[in-house]
Amino acid sequence: MKPTRRQLLYGSGAAALGAALSPFAWDAVKPKKPIPGAIVGANSAFGHRLREGAFPPPIDSGQHEVIIVGSGIAGLSAAYNLDKAGVTDIRLLELEDHSGGNAHSGHNAVSAYPWGAHYVPLLSSESGHIKELFRDFGIITGEDKGLPVYNEDYILNDPDERLFIDGRWQEGLLPTLGVTAEDQVQYKRFLAHMEAFKIERGRDGRRLFAIPIDESSADAETRALDRLTMKNWMLSAGYTSEPLHGFVDYGCRDDFGVRHDEISAYAGIHYFAGRDGKAANTAPDSVLTWPEGNGFLAHKLAAPLSNRIISGALVYSVRETSGGVTVDYWDGHTSRRLTARAVIMAAPRFIAGRLMPELAAPGFTYAPWVVANLTLDKLPEGRGADLAWDNVIKDSPTLGYVVATHQIPQMQPLRTVITYYWPLTHAAPAEARKEALARSYEDWQRLFLSELYRVHPELVGQVRHMDVWLWGHAMIRPVPGFIWGEPRQAALKQTPPVFTAHSDMSGISIFEEAYTHGLKAAQAVRAFLA
Amino acid sequence: MQRLLLISVFVIATCGLIYELIAGTLASYLLGDSITQFSTIIGTYLFAMGIGSWASAKVDKNLLAFFIRIEILVGLIGGSSAAILFLLFDQVASFRFLLYFIVTVIGILVGIEIPILLRILKDRYEFKDLVSRVFTFDYIGALFASILFPLVLVPHLGLIRSSFMFGTFNVLVALWLLYSLKEPQPWVRLHKIAAGLVLIILTFGFISSDKITSLSESNNFAGHVIFAKSTPYQRIIVTRQQNDIRLYLNSNLQFSSQDEYRYHEALVHPVMSALKAPKNILIIGGGDGLALREILKYPSVGHVTLVDLDPAMTKLFSSSPMLRKLNTDSLHSPKLKIVNADAFMWLKQQRANPPIFDAVFIDLPDPSNFSIGKLYSTAFYGLLHSVMGPDSLAVIQSTSPLVARQSFWCVNNTLRASGFQTAPYHALVPAFGDWGYVIASNRPYTVPTQYPAGLRFIDADTARDMFSFPPDMGPVATKIQRLDDQALIHYFDEEWSKYLIY
Ligand SMILES: Cc1cc2nc3c(=O)[nH]c(=O)nc-3n(C[C@H](O)[C@H](O)[C@H](O)COP(=O)(O)OP(=O)(O)OC[C@H]3O[C@@H](n4cnc5c(N)ncnc54)[C@H](O)[C@@H]3O)c2cc1C
Repeated sequence: MKPTRRQLLYGSGAAALGAALSPFAWDAVKPKKPIPGAIVGANSAFGHRLREGAFPPPIDSGQHEVIIVGSGIAGLSAAYNLDKAGVTDIRLLELEDHSGGNAHSGHNAVSAYPWGAHYVPLLSSESGHIKELFRDFGIITGEDKGLPVYNEDYILNDPDERLFIDGRWQEGLLPTLGVTAEDQVQYKRFLAHMEAFKIERGRDGRRLFAIPIDESSADAETRALDRLTMKNWMLSAGYTSEPLHGFVDYGCRDDFGVRHDEISAYAGIHYFAGRDGKAANTAPDSVLTWPEGNGFLAHKLAAPLSNRIISGALVYSVRETSGGVTVDYWDGHTSRRLTARAVIMAAPRFIAGRLMPELAAPGFTYAPWVVANLTLDKLPEGRGADLAWDNVIKDSPTLGYVVATHQIPQMQPLRTVITYYWPLTHAAPAEARKEALARSYEDWQRLFLSELYRVHPELVGQVRHMDVWLWGHAMIRPVPGFIWGEPRQAALKQTPPVFTAHSDMSGISIFEEAYTHGLKAAQAVRAFLA
Repeated sequence: MQRLLLISVFVIATCGLIYELIAGTLASYLLGDSITQFSTIIGTYLFAMGIGSWASAKVDKNLLAFFIRIEILVGLIGGSSAAILFLLFDQVASFRFLLYFIVTVIGILVGIEIPILLRILKDRYEFKDLVSRVFTFDYIGALFASILFPLVLVPHLGLIRSSFMFGTFNVLVALWLLYSLKEPQPWVRLHKIAAGLVLIILTFGFISSDKITSLSESNNFAGHVIFAKSTPYQRIIVTRQQNDIRLYLNSNLQFSSQDEYRYHEALVHPVMSALKAPKNILIIGGGDGLALREILKYPSVGHVTLVDLDPAMTKLFSSSPMLRKLNTDSLHSPKLKIVNADAFMWLKQQRANPPIFDAVFIDLPDPSNFSIGKLYSTAFYGLLHSVMGPDSLAVIQSTSPLVARQSFWCVNNTLRASGFQTAPYHALVPAFGDWGYVIASNRPYTVPTQYPAGLRFIDADTARDMFSFPPDMGPVATKIQRLDDQALIHYFDEEWSKYLIY
């Protein structure tokens, strides 16, 4: 689909129009009445309470075999696997009013939609332990010629991604318009480089970049990559192309919420080289997704546990005593104490450290993210390429938006929900977090809508509802030295009867890591109980 | 001066009626149903003239200057009315409102003119002469216009140009009056300037008429647009030129009434005649009722389910008398159940308790984008399997194997990959080109040798020939159209964009 001259002319006109939509034009297009919606989620009042730390003495509220603090993917995984193995006397304590953590999702009359995690790649060669789960959930439906057959409903539909550049859309995320022959050569070389990394194995026979990350080769040369930033590694490897850097930076912000000049080269390469999954019925680079994103997985994991999840429960203290481990939580009215033989801390490490000082881990830093869900009365359009699942806007501070109805085979849904992702990478995390917390709903509305209207003037007046979610500590930041450095290695050590399970222990926040930590913790707890 | 004023009565009458006729014709072109359009336009126009006559009594001072002003205004508005209506047909939400608004304004202005003229002339004639002369010229002008319009203006000048031309006549009368005034009046200069400006605008419009026509949508189609509607799903346009009725969806031709029988007979009969006694039929797409018309030629048919996304389509083709004639009123058949739903979602919903159809006709738009491409995928054909028994047959319209060879064989190969046996064939449909179809079945298909009487295109020989492909359209290996990799969309885009006539 080469652009014609006319498309190009039209395109540049549209770009000029977009550029003009500065604060000035905002006044012209801003809704007369604010679009209904709110800042939702992440119980910040509770979080605040935790920092202040003054809770009344707890009432004794019973005893269980295992208590799990936090019901994100890691906590749910631990509970699910314990339950399956017959350890059924468990309770999950969750501070939010729902389980799922960063894989939380919402729904309205138009569609279900994600609030955080929204896809998983095909399972990597090291993820055999997740295959069983995927079979249980109907995600893998069989096997053909030794390769898993994935449920067609969940394989990402075509077109997967498009990029808004110079006023028009193109298929794929690597810019093809207005790039030089040298850029193209570097694209090719870079992608081939990553493909080579994908299959390369170290002296220990393990892949250099594996998922889960702790299955990776221990080769020193590869691990040395963890001490460089991605940008510096690219430059040292001769990658100078500006659009290529833009593409890689996008990938790093997308997967880790960290810019490519701040992230470890090991993590940056891991994003491209870790996913070596294959399937009988789709291309290797396919991903799995659902309208509600990874909320699908969270719901499936939570289904058999629902009566054992205690939500609205802020755990504020975990202590080892002679009679077991005590877990104190605040339910909004009362402090309560549960006692267990073993506890799995499935909250992020920076919180775990507050509940139990022994678990404090100073090297852990987190990226703040903002996510907005917009309900639209009309599908986004655009010249050059059809609406895709992932719609990326070049040089935008946001990552663009994902379309919730994309997996619905309906020919033309008339309404949809789009999810805008925005890792706040323009400033240091603490500063960006503070700035974000100070913003009002109206501020967010102005920011997101002017971003939307710049690219989609046809959507002015078509936004029915908009909610915003602020993830203050969305993802662990794999800055240089973190993945293969001391603090993370220390955090991996389990200290029975208190165990830990969270994706931040991997240094990269993805479903497979969270699930694996949950599964491992469940196995360790069973061994401990036995 | 008197004579001049009487000539202006003639010009006014002619121009006035021309504007009215232009509005009526445009309305029937653009909105269809000429009887309603003409009668409401004439009614509105006459009523507006009445308002004008009534309003003329409010004018007391300087009647001549007022008359000239009105004349210039009529020239401007009437003269550009056709261009405005053409250009805004597609743009304004309520085109009818604009139409009647313009007709009313012109009517009021013309309605003011005659009484004012009568009053200007009242001192120069006796009353009975005055009335007789003015009305004589008025009626002659009307007759002149009504003959000129169909015989000369529409065929030779076109509506837009005619309208600009008559606008200039109005203004020329005004200028003529201005220049023939004996005693110099202070207001004359400004009026001359105004008239001059309007004259320039109208002349410019006259010269650019072709450009204006090409800007307007109705020119994108052969013939006159007789129906146009934007639904949430598509833009439906029906055009007519003499006996040729055409349907366009999003500007893509769906059929021409001249040769649609070829397309629909080829779509329907190779399947229907191959079945013993087909009872239960499913049509996907085909809201025009034309495939249905062919299907209903088989007395064994008991139930037909027609799944078409857009209620506007089935409504249009079951209500317009002209289109009902074309589909022989098939959409009112008691055997028919219309389901306005997305075919993919509808088939998915049937999965729990799938009905079995003896024959399935998939008559969807070409796979030109990712949305429609879903209905050509292995996933869709998987669902198709679930509503077919061992002896059922399905047929899929599959674009042109000549223009889009890979696209055509991609449909065929995708059906095979979905577990069907296939029998591809093609037929020449002049409005489209050499067109392709694929029959999908669970058992080997044999081309029938017996067909219903009275078909115009299909018989045993034609049918047999349809299943052989010359070398330039023969089978090619292709990728498979899957939801996660819509190869067909890329083939289609590439192949048709190379084909210039598209
Ligand atoms: C915006 C965003 C997009 C993402 N996109 C993807 C993606 O597309 N694919 C992907 O694989 N991953 C993605 N991720 C990463 C995602 O974080 C992981 O996939 C995974 O969901 C993390 O699970 P977890 O259990 O390790 O952590 P969390 O989800 O952080 O779970 C921790 C849980 O502990 C609870 N908790 C915390 N403190 C307490 C307390 N004191 N008392 C009680 N409960 C407490 C929290 O409420 C939460 O439910 C994304 C993350 C975000 C934020």
